[in-house]
This record gives sequence, structure tokens and C-alpha cells, in this order.
Amino acid sequence: MNNIELIKNALPYLLEGTLVTIQLTFWSLLIGIVVGLPIAFAQVYGNKLLQGVVAVYERLARSIPLLVMLLLINYGLPALGLQIPIFRAAVIGIGLRSAAYQSQIYRGAIQSVGGSQMKAALSLGMNKMKAFFYIIAPQAIRIAIPPVANESAIVLKDTSLAFTIGVVELLRQGEYFIATSNKPMVIYLTIAAIYFILTTIVNGGLSLFEKKYQIPGIGIEGGHSDAY
Amino acid sequence: MPTKHLLKIEDLHHSFGEEEVLKGISLSLDKGETKVIVGPSGTGKSTILNNIIRLVPPKKGKIYLEDTEITTAKNINEIRQQIGFVFQDFGLFNHLTAEGNVKIGLTKVKKMNKKDAAELAMKELDRVGLKEYADSYPSQLSGGQKQRVGIARALAMQPKLILFDEPTSSLDPELTGEVLKVMRNLAEEGMTMLVVTHEMGFARSVADELIFMEAGNIVEQGDPEKMFTDPDHQRTKEFLFQLTDLYGEGEK
Repeated sequence: MNNIELIKNALPYLLEGTLVTIQLTFWSLLIGIVVGLPIAFAQVYGNKLLQGVVAVYERLARSIPLLVMLLLINYGLPALGLQIPIFRAAVIGIGLRSAAYQSQIYRGAIQSVGGSQMKAALSLGMNKMKAFFYIIAPQAIRIAIPPVANESAIVLKDTSLAFTIGVVELLRQGEYFIATSNKPMVIYLTIAAIYFILTTIVNGGLSLFEKKYQIPGIGIEGGHSDAY
Repeated sequence: MPTKHLLKIEDLHHSFGEEEVLKGISLSLDKGETKVIVGPSGTGKSTILNNIIRLVPPKKGKIYLEDTEITTAKNINEIRQQIGFVFQDFGLFNHLTAEGNVKIGLTKVKKMNKKDAAELAMKELDRVGLKEYADSYPSQLSGGQKQRVGIARALAMQPKLILFDEPTSSLDPELTGEVLKVMRNLAEEGMTMLVVTHEMGFARSVADELIFMEAGNIVEQGDPEKMFTDPDHQRTKEFLFQLTDLYGEGEK
């Protein structure tokens, strides 16, 4: 079987794995947003106690290697009587770690808008909630897009670690073909190409969004968000 | 205690930590009056303005807006709508055009419909000479233009008075003139203004009353011409002469 044929045979399965990779990425990023945003709010607007609690979470989530976290969730938690299906285990591990990083992005974006605009908004008679939604958020979102694109690409690539706890995603599908064909180079290169295409699409999409909503003076002008 | 004054401050105290920055300030402002507060840095001038609209809540003392005691009033957001504030660093909303900056308080706070808000915004931008810049974003404006948008934004809310917190202090010298000119026009049109500034020329020629503050106290207040030429206190004389020496008499 020549290489082209091998790729042809493998591709349907690799694409099936790609679909799982995309699902892992989507749910992990969603957890990252859903958990990361409240953490960012707690850090910017919360009291000392709340700030302390989220600081500990962040420290932990950023200090433990993702692989160790996945192994802990998959093999450690059952010992405590908590058995989580592997796909969910992977999403929880990757998502909770991403939440820690995303919270930093959102916190930075919110804080970079600046206290003087908040004061000005209050001086017009807005309450803090209105000031946040009409003044702070529209700017913070624009500032956050490039680093969020970066984080999305990182999460997408890190879903490959789910392979170690048995999730049949892109890399795992490839392993099956390497086992039967004994041509690791061809298969791994194909997998690498698929990751490349996916990250390019993610970054390109967010980059388009960034350009569409570009406002002079907000974010880094002329900057671009391709992070690989 | 109800008063006839538009704004009345009684025995205002404030401290940051251990440091007492206001040690019992009393002053009042009538409709149409312009009063200018001068004094060395760190004497609590800006704190007074921030205390009035409670961006920094005062520690002690009473402030009245007409008959309403506003130091403890619950509806602070309604009170802030009636008192304009112009910031040293402009505080413009960077994601909005000049027109958007002037409009947003009208549409989101006063619930004015979009058409009326746009009309009023353009009127106020015209008043500060920036009609042509309505579609410009803050990053595309000079410092002086930004501050004029800041003034238009305050004006559009149709406040009873406007507080100016060192409105020209972060501007290049050649840009202060355009801002001071707008303020001078407002004073002449009868806007009630309380201004903290280092612009002695403006203070001397526009103020109805000059207030000299130092170390949290009002040292002297009165007719600016008298204070510049024949003040009661030696300290007033030193301060005003020193600044006039430094910056000249400015625009008369």
C-alpha cells in the first residue's frame, strides 16, 4: 500500500477523530468561559475572601500539568467513588485548566479599560452594572480577542492529551492506523496537517471578527492574532 | 438646612487613611456663578469635587444641591445626572465616537429617544466647536479636542452645575487655550461652575470668586482681583505671586 493510498484509507477515520477533537475543544472552551468569567469578575470586583479563593484555584490549575490532572480525574477520582466517563473527564480537566488562563485574559482586558472611564460613566448617573455593560464590556471584549484566539489554539492542541485516558480523538485514531500499517511518519504528518488546518481556521475566524469590530485606539493596532 | 444656594457645602471633612485632606470646608455656589479653587497640589481641591458627586464618599459634613441633602441621599444616580463632571484625564469612552460619547448618557441614563439624543449631542458638540469631529474616535482627537468632547458630554445632560477637575492639567500648553475659551464662554452664558485649576489667568478673569486652599483648609476666598493685588493673607500672596511669576498672567 503506497502512502497516498494509506492516507486515503485513514482519512475517514482521522476525520471522525477530528470531529471528536472539535467537540472536546468546544466543550473545554465553553467550560473555560463559563468558569473563567466569574473568576475574572471575582478578581476585579470581588472582596478579599473571594479574591483569595480564586487565587488558590488559579495557582493550582496553572501549576499542575494537564496530563497529571487528566490522570487524576480519570484514575484518581474513581478511588473516591466518582466515576466520570472519559470524554467528560477530558473536558473537565482541559476546561478547568483553560478557565484559569481565560480568567487572566478577561481580568486583564477589564482592567485595561481603566478606572477613569468607569468614573466618567458613574458621573453621568449610570449604575455600576450599566457602566460595565455599556462602557467596559464592549472594549474588554475587543481587547480580549487576540489572547482568546491564542488560548483557543492551545486548547485545541491540548485535547490530544485526552488520548492518554482513552478518548478516541484525532491522535488516537491515528494510532490505530500506525499499529496496522507501521508507517508512523505518514500518519503523524497527516495528523499534524489536520491540527494545522484547524488552528488556522480558529485564528482566522477570530481575526475576521476582530477586524470587523475594530475601533481605532482599542487593542493593539496593526496587531494580529495568529498564535500557533 | 434648606438654602437658597444652588450648591452648599458645610464643614466637609475627608481623610485618606490617617491623612486628613479636608479639614472642614464650607462654601456655596449660586446659580450662574463661577468659582475657582486654587492651591498647591495635594491640598484636597479635587477631593472636594469627588466628594460632591460621591465618586469618593465624604467622611463628614453636609452637601446640599438646592434643597436636597446629597451626602447621604439614596438616589445618587439621579443626583449625578444633575451635576456635570469634567475630568483631568477626560474619561472619554474609547469605543464610542465623539457623538457617541455625548449621546450615551442621554440614551442609556435619561432614556431619551435616539433622534432627540443625536440632535442634542450635535448641538453640544457644535457649542464646543467640534461638530466636524462627531464621527471621530477619542484616539483620533487631540487632548484639547478630547477635553472639549468631555465638556460637551457634561453639557448634554443639562446639569444644574458643572464641576471641573483640573481640566487643562494633562494638556500640552498650546492646547489649554481652546479648552479655557470654551469654559469662558460657558461662564458668560451663565452656566454654574466650580473649577479646580492652576490656570491663574483664567481664575483672575473669569471667576466670580477665587478660593485659595492649602493643607485641607480654605485660607482665603473673595474677589479675584483683590486677591491677586491685595490679599489679606501673606500665604495667599506668596502662592499667587509665585504662580504668576512662573506662568505669567496668562490670558486676560
